[in-house]
Formats: sequence, structure tokens, C-alpha cells
Amino acid sequence: MDRPRTIASNSVGLSRADYGGNPSSLCKGCGHNSIASQIIQVAFELSLRPFEVLKFSGIGCSSKSPAYFLGASHGFNALHGRMSSVAQGALVANHRLRAIGVSGDGDTGSIGLGGFKHLLRRNTRMVYVIENNGVYGLTKGQFSATADEGLELKYAGLNDLPPIDLCQEAIAAECGFVARSFAGDAKQVRELLKAAFSHRGTAVLDIISPCVAFNNQDDSPKSYAYGRHHERPLHELGYIPLADEIVIGETDPGELTLVELHDGSRLKLRKVEESHDPTDREAAMVRLMQAERRQEFITGLLFYDASRPSYAEAARLPETPLSMLPDSALRPPPEALERTLQRYR
Amino acid sequence: MTTTPSHLERDVTNDFSLVVATANGTGSQTANLTLLRAFFHMGIPVHGKNIFPSNIQGLPTWYHIRVSKHGYVARRTSEVLVAFNQRTVEADLRELPSGGMAVVDMGLACSVERDDIHVYRVPVKTLMGASDHKGKLRDYLANMIYVGVLAYLLDIPLASVEAALGAQFGSKRKLVDTNLALVQNAHAWAQTELVKTDPFRVAPMDATRDLLLMSGNEAGALGSVFGGVTVAPWYPITPSTSLIDALRDFLPELRRSEDGVPTYTVIQAEDELAAIGMVVGAGFGGARAMTATSGPGLSLMAEFAGLGYFAEIPGVVWDVQRVGPSTGLPTRTGQGDLGFVYGLGHGDTKHVVLLPSSIEECFEFGWRSFDLADQLQTLVFVLSDLDLGMNNWMGRAFSYPDEPLQRGKVLSADEVLDQGFARYLDVDGDGITYRTLPGTEVPGAAYFARGTGHDAYAVYSERSEDWVENTDRLARKFETARGYVPRAVDERVDGASVGVIAFGSTRYAIEEARDALAIEGRAFSSLRLRALPCGEEVRRFIEAHERVVVIEMNRDGQLASILRAEYPDLAPRVASVAYLDGMPFTADFVMRRLEPFLAPVALEVA
Repeated sequence: MDRPRTIASNSVGLSRADYGGNPSSLCKGCGHNSIASQIIQVAFELSLRPFEVLKFSGIGCSSKSPAYFLGASHGFNALHGRMSSVAQGALVANHRLRAIGVSGDGDTGSIGLGGFKHLLRRNTRMVYVIENNGVYGLTKGQFSATADEGLELKYAGLNDLPPIDLCQEAIAAECGFVARSFAGDAKQVRELLKAAFSHRGTAVLDIISPCVAFNNQDDSPKSYAYGRHHERPLHELGYIPLADEIVIGETDPGELTLVELHDGSRLKLRKVEESHDPTDREAAMVRLMQAERRQEFITGLLFYDASRPSYAEAARLPETPLSMLPDSALRPPPEALERTLQRYR
Repeated sequence: MTTTPSHLERDVTNDFSLVVATANGTGSQTANLTLLRAFFHMGIPVHGKNIFPSNIQGLPTWYHIRVSKHGYVARRTSEVLVAFNQRTVEADLRELPSGGMAVVDMGLACSVERDDIHVYRVPVKTLMGASDHKGKLRDYLANMIYVGVLAYLLDIPLASVEAALGAQFGSKRKLVDTNLALVQNAHAWAQTELVKTDPFRVAPMDATRDLLLMSGNEAGALGSVFGGVTVAPWYPITPSTSLIDALRDFLPELRRSEDGVPTYTVIQAEDELAAIGMVVGAGFGGARAMTATSGPGLSLMAEFAGLGYFAEIPGVVWDVQRVGPSTGLPTRTGQGDLGFVYGLGHGDTKHVVLLPSSIEECFEFGWRSFDLADQLQTLVFVLSDLDLGMNNWMGRAFSYPDEPLQRGKVLSADEVLDQGFARYLDVDGDGITYRTLPGTEVPGAAYFARGTGHDAYAVYSERSEDWVENTDRLARKFETARGYVPRAVDERVDGASVGVIAFGSTRYAIEEARDALAIEGRAFSSLRLRALPCGEEVRRFIEAHERVVVIEMNRDGQLASILRAEYPDLAPRVASVAYLDGMPFTADFVMRRLEPFLAPVALEVA
């Protein structure tokens, strides 16, 4: 694109503003706005070309947010709980596009739970962000399936059901990229998003994203205050793009782990308090269950495994996307019809 | 005219019905299709109907074969019976019309004695004893015994049986030989041991030379392959499953690139919600996407159907109709989804619905539906039914599509640069707007598809004016669709005051009834609807007749209601004959139900 480079531009010549969208209509201070802004930043830093990106959402507060980023990318605001199938369809039509979907805890954890798990089984390549606040915002504050047990809210009353942990669900469904983060931890969200775009299949980011209208009281585990005081990162994250050299300063051995991502880029994990090996699926599951029992708010890359092929690879989709095949590839010649009919004569 | 079997004195050649009674899951389908194909190979018009239970194994199943030199199919009474099922043998024999003939497995306990029918008892066990096949395969092969015995009794050349087996097993010569040996053995036994007393026989004709014998689901699948289907998400449900099965048979052979890479993907979805969601996603993405389902699945698809209409996404949905909500009668046929499909979705929704009546139309609508979906940027529904979809029908060899693929108003990158792009702006005045595909490499090509209210630029809008403007344009687009969809087939009879309107697989019963009534001087015109919305020809047809009878397989007369609403000024002329019991209509039924409407004519003649 020809434009004077008066403001900072990335390697495809675009500025951060080129990745923006419409002004947000969500509440001031909503965690979702912070995530949208990180998505814009990450798309800019990764130098994604907007026409190569598809964005998706279901229905809910979270699902409105794709209108607020990547305005120059095609997008589809689907039905409640149905982002997964619409994304799957669009991404088999053109599997060469990058994709990011934004869903919520109601959209993914309740009405769309089945579709979510089956999307992960197929391992369609996309970044799947769950903006998780434990409540239904647009319908005025009912509990969602991720709301913490024992939580008491003004409108919804007492929640006496156990929460569904979407990271556990993702790992159980054989998802190869499972991370949890906190909207108040912008840097971590950003580094995880970058790594997620480098994943081979579906990458799930369950981001606790406080609802300032209905679930932000200090004692709620999904509030800003709680997150700020209790977030327990498993590691410090740093995304290293493919082209960059790795500079590792003086570190104690065992302090730093490098996870090689599917496209050759890497994720640097610096130990914080504990040693978590994100390539150990069972350990990830155990750690999540411990966290649930101990009421710990752990964040970071919980599980990573890029050995399973994406849907496009497994289905052997052609180099040219199905949506761009020429007519001659779509309609066999008359002889082929004649030959086939011969069997029915 | 139907034959009256009780007065059979002379030979009855090439005009009878045969029913084979067996238990579900015993492998009789192979034997039945062998008989069907053997008649077809002899050049005799034939049609097969499987009346089967919702069960994997054990419940009774009846396979009907109509052999008709006139090509008629719509009749239920059978004069020739193969009784191979212990559970139904007595009832089957009691139901056989006087003068009929039965081939009965001698091993079945049966107390029915009738001296007005011809009964041949066959020692199946003894005849199988000579073969060294074991277990389930042995049971399967035992069905070939009745093929051999009927071959002798009806005079089917063994060469035709062999050809029929060849058509079924293709290159698997060993299977052909194994089955053929049993047929020959039974034939030889019958020749020595049986004395033919019944009048039924077949004789070679030349009436099937250029014809095909195929099921509607196979034809629809083949049409879809030639329509360029690239994405086919689906969820199993009778009776649509065999359409996808056929698709999966045809695609690997017909749709690979030069280096052997498939140019399609078939996805077994987790439910029908996901199946239609993937169709909508793929249609948005620019692929030719289809799914196939039946009533219960269609019910789940309702929300996406509305979204597809409103967000204007191309896609094809086959509804192979069965009976009732929930399980209903899952293996029986009907036309009860028409009203539901036509407006599927909440709010103001109207869909294009194609109504095939034959394997030729299943093939044609199979490919044409994709063109219509792309041209009109909407979901197109194809309404078949179990009878048409799962049974074997004769039809003319399919014509190769007579026009190239129609991809509709899709802007390329250059066109976006040249003329700009507004997703929902009615530039041409036909209600059909321009779209771009994801991946179009220019700024300004992107848009955000959604069901939420939007303006002409696909921008979120809650303004009342934008809503009205958009839905009015969608209504305009639906008017445009009238000129795009297949026209109704108008078969006018000069001077007839009564016209019949119908659609789909009921045509066979109606045509047989029409021929029979015409002989009695009670002729009527007919109009076979091939799509909704209706074109002008439907109004003209109704206007040209004093009385129009709408015949359909459902309880409430759904098409009649649609037509009365469509043409309120003509509503008083529209009468309804609507009935549903799960079985295909017979010519007798149609004649009986039309008689009151045609009676005045008959009286004048008298």
C-alpha cells in the first residue's frame, strides 16, 4: 500500500490504526475492550494483512467486539453458540486465511459447548478467544456456566452449581493450544495471542474479562480487583517471531523454556514460582484441577502440542482454497457423466 | 387401468406387481434389486418400492416390484408374492388376491390353505444344503433361491439375471458367480419339480433401452457433484443418509484434481445445527456448500435458515421428507414439510424451494440449486421424499448441464476498486446486491456479515428506516426469484374444467389415474409445480379452470393453503385433496378422490 510513512508502520506498511474497527458500544472499563485493543496491537505487530484475516463471533457482549477491531477484514457475527460451525464452514471454504473468533462464556460454555468441543476435535486452524466473565451481560446479569460456585450476585442470587472449566474441556477435547489469561494482564494476553496465531490448529484462550456492570465486586473471582491480587502466572511469556534471533541473557538453567511453535516462531517461558511443563497433557489437567480445588487463578500457557494435524491437513484440502477453484475443477466433463450413468443402464 | 386379478384366465404378461416379504436385515435387498434389474435388462418398465421398518434387523419388510408395460408404478396390491418371513407368511397369503401366485419357503409354519391361488412351496433349506456357505452369508444367499424359482416361473432369462448381478457387484466377479450358482441351482430344481399353473410371465420388450434405473438420492447426489459442491457437512438421518452416501461414492471418482487431490470435503457434523452452520459459513466463504436432512433435522436448522435468508448466504439444503415430528414414521414417505420449509425461520422469511418429481429432476435440481443459490444469494431448499429418494425409479439418461456455472454477483478485487462496494445496496433494482469473498485482496472489499439490523453498507443499524428498506428489498429479491426458478409443467387438456395441481412424487399416481380417467372420458388438466415461489404460469392455470384440485401427501393441504394465500382472488376455486398415511399414493386412491370433482362431466356423458 502506498502511503507516506509518517507514523509507525509494520512490515506490510500498515499502521496500528489500519487494524482498528468501529467505536465500542460496550460499557466503559469492560474487559472485552481491553482484549479488542490487544487484538489490534497483535495484528499490527504480526504484520497480518487484513484481507488474509477472518473474524467470527457468536452472540453476546463478547460477540459484538469483532466490530471493534480489524475493520478491513471480512467477518461473520453468527448465531448464539454457533460461532464454531460457521467458522468451520468458512475456513474449509478458504483454509489459507488466518482466523480469530471471539466468544463468551455463555456462548461457548452453555449454548455452544457441543459445537466448541467438536471444533476442537477437528482442530480447525483458528484463534478461539473466550471473553469469560461468568455472567450474561446483555440479558442483565444471569449466571453463566463458568460462574463460580457459591458466588452471590445482586440480580442472579446465589450460584449453587459448579463451574465448567473451559480449559479443562479444551484439553479433554484434544485441543493442542490451551491458555488462560486475564484481561487486566495486557502483556500476557498479547504474547499468548501472538503465539496462538502461530498454532497449527485451534488455539483456545480463555481470558477472564471482568463485567463491570454485573460481576465486578471485589470478592468475585472474575473481578478486576480479585484478578489483580490473585493472578498467579505460571510463567512469564515472550513471543519470538520467526525472523528474530533469540537473545537469552544470563539465566539460571531451568528458569527458561523455549516452546517451538508450529510455524517456527517460539514462545519463551520464564519460570515464576513453579515449574509447569506445558507439553505434558496430564500435568496440565492435574494443575487445572488443583487450581479449581485451591481456588487459585492460574494463567499462562497450560498445554501445547502441535502434533495433531489441522482439519485442512487431515482432509487434504487442495492448495487452492475450495472457494477459489476454477469452474473446470468443480464440474466434471460430459464423458464423466456418461461413464457414471453407464452403471445405471 | 388396473388389472382385476380375480378373473385371470389367460397369460398376464408384463403387467403385474410382485411383493417379496422377508425380515429386515436378512440381505434380501440384493436379491430384490437383482429381480428389478433383470426385468429392466429385459426392456420391461419396472419400479421398486421398499416398505421397510425403522429397525436394523428382524422386523418385517416388503419389497414391491411393479412390472408394467405401460410404465405405471402407483399401485399397492400385488398378485405375485414371495413369502419368506415366518412372522408375516399367513397374513401375506391371506391378502393375496384371488388368482394370484405365491412362492413360499417350505420351512415356514403356515396353516393358511387357499384353493383360489397358485402356491409353489420351495425347500429352501434343502436347496441351500448343497452349498457350503456358512452363517450370515448363508442366510443372505438363501434369498437367491427365490430369484431362481421366479426366474423359472416368470420366464426371466438367466442371462438377464447374470447381467443384473453384474450391475450390482461391478467388478467383483466372484460375488456374481457365487450368487448366480445358487440362482441356477434353484432354477434347475424348479424346472424339474414345479408345474406352472399361474398366468404371470414376463417377455422381453424394448422400452428401457435409453433409460436409467436409479434412486432419487443417488440422482440428487450426482447432480450436486456436477453442480460443483465443494463442502458437504451433514448429520445422519433417514431417509437422507443415502444421498450423502451416494455423494461420498461419486466424489472420489469424479472430483479430484490432476494430482489426485480432492476438490471437496464431506464433514460428518455433530448435529444438524452444526451441519447448516457449516453450510452458511462455507457459503459466506465462497464455497458451494450443501447438506441433506429430513424433518427433525430441518427443525433444528430453522434459526440458521432465517440467518441465511437475512444475511443472504448461498447454500443448498436437501430435505428428503419423512413422516411426522420427532421420530414420527421415519421410514415412511410424505410431503408434510412444504409449509414449514417455505417460511423456515422466525420473522419475515421466505425461501426458494425446488420440488423434484423424478430422478431426472433430482439430478437437474442437484446442480441447478447451486446456481440459484449463488445467483439469488440465499439458501435454496430441495424437497424430495423417502419414496423418490430411496426407491429405484426409471428415468431418461441425464442431460449434461446446458449452461456454465452461475456464480452470481461476486465482485473481484479490481471491480471493488473500479466501482466500489456496498454489500446490501440494490444497484440493479432486482433486489440482488453484490458481495465479495473473504480473501479479496483490496481494501474496501471486507464486510461484516450478520443477522443484526444493518444498512446498505452492512453497518450495524437499529434505525427503523434501514430495517424496512432492507426487508422490502429482500421481498423484491423474492419477486425476482420467481423468474429464476424452474417453471411448472403445464399439461392442459382442451376443454377441461378441472385442473389438478401437485408436486413431487405424487405425479406417478396422478398420471396413472389421469390416463385411466381419460379413457372414461373424464379428462382433467394438470400442473406440476417444480418450485416455490410460483411463477405467473400458476395463476394462468388456475384462471383457466373452474375448479382446481391440489393433491398432496399431508393432512392439512399445505400447498393448497399457500396457493390460496398467493392468489386470494382465485382462492374459491382451489380445492384440496390432502392425505397422509405414510404410503405413496396409488392411482386408485387418486381416482377415488377426484371422482367427486369430475362427476358432473361423467353424468353429462351418461
